[in-house]
Amino acid sequence: MAPTHDVAVVGAGPAGLAAAVEAAEAGLDVALVDAAGQPGGQYWRHYDERHARPDDRRGHHGWRRFAGLRDRLHALRDAGRVRYLPGHQVWLAAREDDGTFTLRLTAAVASTPALVSVLAARTLILCAGGYDRQLPLPGWDLPGVMAAGGVQALLKGHRTLAGRRAVVAGTGPFLLPVATGLARAGARVVALAEANATSGWARDPLGAVSAPGKGVEAVQYAALLARHRIPYRTRTAVRAVLGDGRVEAVRLGRVDRDGRPTGPEREVAADLVALGWGFTPSLELPLMLGAETRQDTDGSLVVAVDDFQRTSAGGVYAAGEATGVGGAALAVSEGRLSAFAVAGAQGRPVAAAAVRREQSRIRRQRRFATAMHRACPVPAAWPGWLDDATLVCRCEEVTYADLRDAHTALGATDARTLKMLARPGMGWCQGRVCGFATAGIAACLGGRPATAGDLRPLAGRTPAFPLPLGELSAPAEEPGTDRTPTTDAGHGG
Amino acid sequence: MSPRPAAADLVVVGAGVVGAATAYFAARAGLRVTVVERGAIGGGTSSAGEGNLLVSDKEPGPELDLALYAQRAWRQDLGEHADHWEFEAKGGVVVAATEQGLASLRDLSVQQRAAGVEVRDVPHAEIHAYEPHVSPDLRGAAFYPQDAQLQPMLAVAHLLRLARESGALVRAGTEVTGFLRDGDRVTGVRTTGGDIPAGAVLNAAGTWAGEVAALARVHVPVRPRRGFVLVTEPLPPRTVRHKVYAAEYVGDVASSDAALQTSPVVEGTAAGTILIGASRERVGFDRSVSLPAVSALAAKAVALFPMLRQARLMRTYLGFRPYCPDHLPVIGADPRAPGLWHACGHEGAGIGLSAGTGKLISQALAGRRPDLDLTPFAPDRFSGGPADTEGDRT
Repeated sequence: MAPTHDVAVVGAGPAGLAAAVEAAEAGLDVALVDAAGQPGGQYWRHYDERHARPDDRRGHHGWRRFAGLRDRLHALRDAGRVRYLPGHQVWLAAREDDGTFTLRLTAAVASTPALVSVLAARTLILCAGGYDRQLPLPGWDLPGVMAAGGVQALLKGHRTLAGRRAVVAGTGPFLLPVATGLARAGARVVALAEANATSGWARDPLGAVSAPGKGVEAVQYAALLARHRIPYRTRTAVRAVLGDGRVEAVRLGRVDRDGRPTGPEREVAADLVALGWGFTPSLELPLMLGAETRQDTDGSLVVAVDDFQRTSAGGVYAAGEATGVGGAALAVSEGRLSAFAVAGAQGRPVAAAAVRREQSRIRRQRRFATAMHRACPVPAAWPGWLDDATLVCRCEEVTYADLRDAHTALGATDARTLKMLARPGMGWCQGRVCGFATAGIAACLGGRPATAGDLRPLAGRTPAFPLPLGELSAPAEEPGTDRTPTTDAGHGG
Repeated sequence: MSPRPAAADLVVVGAGVVGAATAYFAARAGLRVTVVERGAIGGGTSSAGEGNLLVSDKEPGPELDLALYAQRAWRQDLGEHADHWEFEAKGGVVVAATEQGLASLRDLSVQQRAAGVEVRDVPHAEIHAYEPHVSPDLRGAAFYPQDAQLQPMLAVAHLLRLARESGALVRAGTEVTGFLRDGDRVTGVRTTGGDIPAGAVLNAAGTWAGEVAALARVHVPVRPRRGFVLVTEPLPPRTVRHKVYAAEYVGDVASSDAALQTSPVVEGTAAGTILIGASRERVGFDRSVSLPAVSALAAKAVALFPMLRQARLMRTYLGFRPYCPDHLPVIGADPRAPGLWHACGHEGAGIGLSAGTGKLISQALAGRRPDLDLTPFAPDRFSGGPADTEGDRT
């Protein structure tokens, strides 16, 4: 029987790293599971440390903060106080009858076998981060169209330039480092198209001044855009991607605040289109454990947490993007606070002042994140960009017309019914790419805004990651653990 | 949607496959039909199964008679629409891993043949001609050409569409909150969208039919029996050619054990995925994932098809079969509440049985003698009342 850890932390990005380090330093026995081979998550993704100077920090913000957390993690791991499991991902999380949790693990990369297949813990801190939020548009399935975060990951993780002549488009401040990162790496960024008006960033003055560091960043980016001669166009969107077999050009056009075209289009030649519409939190594990969710200001489904990062599921905490997209500084504070709360609940209380400090940081950062979400919404009328043949679900090749017909002819009035009748989200990615879009289309076809109820059916996944049936069958094949009777019964499907 | 619902000849409560099939046949017969559904169409057990139309898993008796009748309804009455719901007459292969299992299978097939089932004995040497990837460690098999499969959600949606084209109204998001009564007689339903007077009301609420019956103060003991289905990544076409399952699956049809039971049921789909069932457990409406259940299903599927060991599981889903203590559905008029009819409790066979059920109900509603005697399915055949919970954990 595996030992039961005081706490298992899932994810070693900003939130998970901070949570694991603080929990271990507070005296708890910690397990840290992470899909990547080295800590840092998406935000602090960096070149393989085995092939580079460990502190090569090109293109990174808050690197010193990361290096500090990483060094503490390594020291705690070496001291046997954190069981660090890189290269593993959790495919199933379950609460046992005795109230503890079991995590089932599989290898994140098939070529590297998982060393550990089961973890037991009294408490969970879920910090699985998020991934790029995508919106379909005509031609978005052409090779050369990438998620902005994917372009960034290639740059940061592999020092690979995804194209030479790039259009960066979508909305939100994340487009800025992607565009400037591409330019610094030698690409020509021919357009940076922001669908919203940047004046909106100041719409919530209290929010905007709450995180002074961010204001400084914005000034730095303005200088970088100028230096690299990147044309920055607001209220501008890619209406279509053009090309024969791969990206050759995009059609750019002005849009109003809801994303409706307001002016003529112009064609811009490009071989790379980086699209970013914010981020979608990974909610597989909290949903599997029954944690309540809500819709955040940016339209995403997120886990509801209280002032101590507790979800509605007892013993399950969440930190980072899962509780609402807000960036690395907020994630670190949430990770810390969750560790403090777990430590307190397990009889190792942390100084009340430290707890209050993180809570106050979280409130400030959250205000800023909310202001940013308000300033950079996904344009409400985005489904109007689609034509009949636009693929919405690329795995199952479901077009916009397929979804509309399922709505109009077959009475699919919600996202789940659309999925059951037209198959969006049924393929390899299980709705990770098309889930937000399908929910938005379901709502738009019904003439109403998307709700948490539209998002939920495409956010839950069991297993959280695909795994071979041979691995799934292992618990039943272990001698003495198969609780199923030998006499079988069955009847109908 | 009109603010004040019009009166109907028939109100169908529940837009699952049984309600949809009944609405189709009743609307075609000229009745004014309104379907009310508290959630989305097909959102209950109809969306949680594999889409089986089986005769192979049934012992001779009323359910097999209904299954054979339903086969004809799907193929003849509904045959022209079959492509809409991906109807595939793929046939079933039942395999036996032991000599004893094979002997029982052969006994069963003799009885089934006498009852009108087509079944071919498949000796050990010929199993691989039917299923090239099945385990070599099998003693023999039986092939049932009448077994078929369809995509149940498409069946629900298109049956409702066809019913609408014959004048039916379908009102999703409308929950029944009570019944209109005239003495004992049911004269319509109260809903969250207003009262709907009706000549007859059909309770087709599936696993939740007991709750609807209770609103009419009659007892219909339909209970949930949870099942999981595993879905693999898409595999090459015809990797698994038929519906393939172990003979043990048939053996304990009558079991009412509350504990987890699993037997491997494996089949391919038009999308290329492989579906793996079937688990059964009585745990109320618990929607949490059970590792013992899904793990046992995976282990047994791999034992049946060793090549599936490498196939990746993409998703699992679960549903609640509506089952009655005697494992027979409830079909027909309720003498305790004239005007109230039931078509529910089809357990794991509702997709297959729905077309037959709907056709028979619409015959009876029209005052005709149904093609099949409905006595074995009588709603008032159960003893006890609502307090009789039969030890269900809920």
